[in-house]
Amino acid sequence: MNPVEQAVVWLNDPLNWTNPGGVLDRLGEHLSMSALAVLLGCLVAWPIGLWLGHSGRGGGLVLLVSNVTLAIPTLALLTILPLTFLGFGRPAVVVALAVFAVPPLLANAYTGVRQADPEARDAAHGMGLSGGQVLRRVELPLAVPYLAAGFRTAAVQVVATAALASFVNGGGLGQIIRAGFGLDIAAGGGQIIAGGVLVAGLALLVEGLLAIVERLVTPRPIRSVRRRANRRATAATAGS
Amino acid sequence: MSLHLSYRADPGNPWFSWQYVRDNSDTILAALREHTWLTARAVVIAALVALPLAVLAYWFRSLSASILALTGVLYTVPSLALFAFLAPYLGIGAITVLTVVALYALLVIVRNALAGLNQVPPEVREAAEGMGYGRWGRLFRIELPLALPGILTGVRLATVSTVALVTVGVVVGRGGLGQLIFAGFQNNFYKAQIMTGTVLCVLLALVLDLVLAGVGRLLTPWLRGRSAR
Repeated sequence: MNPVEQAVVWLNDPLNWTNPGGVLDRLGEHLSMSALAVLLGCLVAWPIGLWLGHSGRGGGLVLLVSNVTLAIPTLALLTILPLTFLGFGRPAVVVALAVFAVPPLLANAYTGVRQADPEARDAAHGMGLSGGQVLRRVELPLAVPYLAAGFRTAAVQVVATAALASFVNGGGLGQIIRAGFGLDIAAGGGQIIAGGVLVAGLALLVEGLLAIVERLVTPRPIRSVRRRANRRATAATAGS
Repeated sequence: MSLHLSYRADPGNPWFSWQYVRDNSDTILAALREHTWLTARAVVIAALVALPLAVLAYWFRSLSASILALTGVLYTVPSLALFAFLAPYLGIGAITVLTVVALYALLVIVRNALAGLNQVPPEVREAAEGMGYGRWGRLFRIELPLALPGILTGVRLATVSTVALVTVGVVVGRGGLGQLIFAGFQNNFYKAQIMTGTVLCVLLALVLDLVLAGVGRLLTPWLRGRSAR
């Protein structure tokens, strides 16, 4: 039986899904830690990004953050953070994942505010709006498509990276792959591929769903213009 | 337990220790060498495959969309999943790591190279055509040199992310410096070992990035005056 057939057999065994530590358990862990990490990333990155964009400073900082995090291996953060005050367990893993969610969130929030039409900003100032009001009522709504694009990039990144939490026994779908590698490759090949299918499928699913969300929150008139801009903004942050 | 050991200085578990680096310099250097060697091979292979692909996508618009879509989907696939797909066929070893990291590097380089090629102004292209350049002559003497900054950006990004990605290779036992980090974690959470591996990883990425930036400056002398002004 070749590994792909083994994988099909593995996926078709209901016990592999419902057992303790089975697919459903792992999926729950994966989603909950990813959601917490993205939430934490948003709470940190969005206020800073919006403020930096509003004040027009810190473009270099945004770039620096994304360059530095690119060079830090996920494995390093996952192993270092549990040894700090965070302690072993869920919080350390969530923080490690959140670190990788920050760059796209930050860069897109920054770009989103910066790209707001200067004339709209001037008009708002002329109407007597204060700096905070301009940010809340003019720049923030105009930045929503960018925020959505950043959210999507960050969420996909986190869901993908969460698979690595299995290196430190942090749970998640990666655990299935790791367990497969723990067996002999001939015996575990099917489980390894099945785990890979689950991890990759989840990432692609999240990507697809958030693409739809991103489209829904973008006002119709600026959809075509914004989509191009979004792609450019995401490309700039993801470096791809 | 601590009472028994208290007659000598408690070695503790420091974040950094020269003692560790001195005593294990062989292991550390071997890991660093493997890491660098894997990265270099992956980026070179990726660049050799990516450039023709980017040129194809640039020449044939119909291919462009599908190549971009395919690279986008592949880039979304998590690295661990890619390891999972390839390991049963390629086995446990360096070849699997090399294939996975080269694939990711390939995606980054294709996208940036294509962006660089697309940035060549149409007037320049028409002027070259008017001067009698054929498709190949135009490519090698006009378009590729003008796209060089984009290509180099792609290679630099690919290199930096490859250095980080190689560490995931611990899943098949060939993670270079990742092996050091992971062993440190499993060895009673030995902080000095984890930190040494991490610092070397980041330093390696930084050094390779600076080297490539230098190479880029040498290759594009016409940009130097512009940025200085």
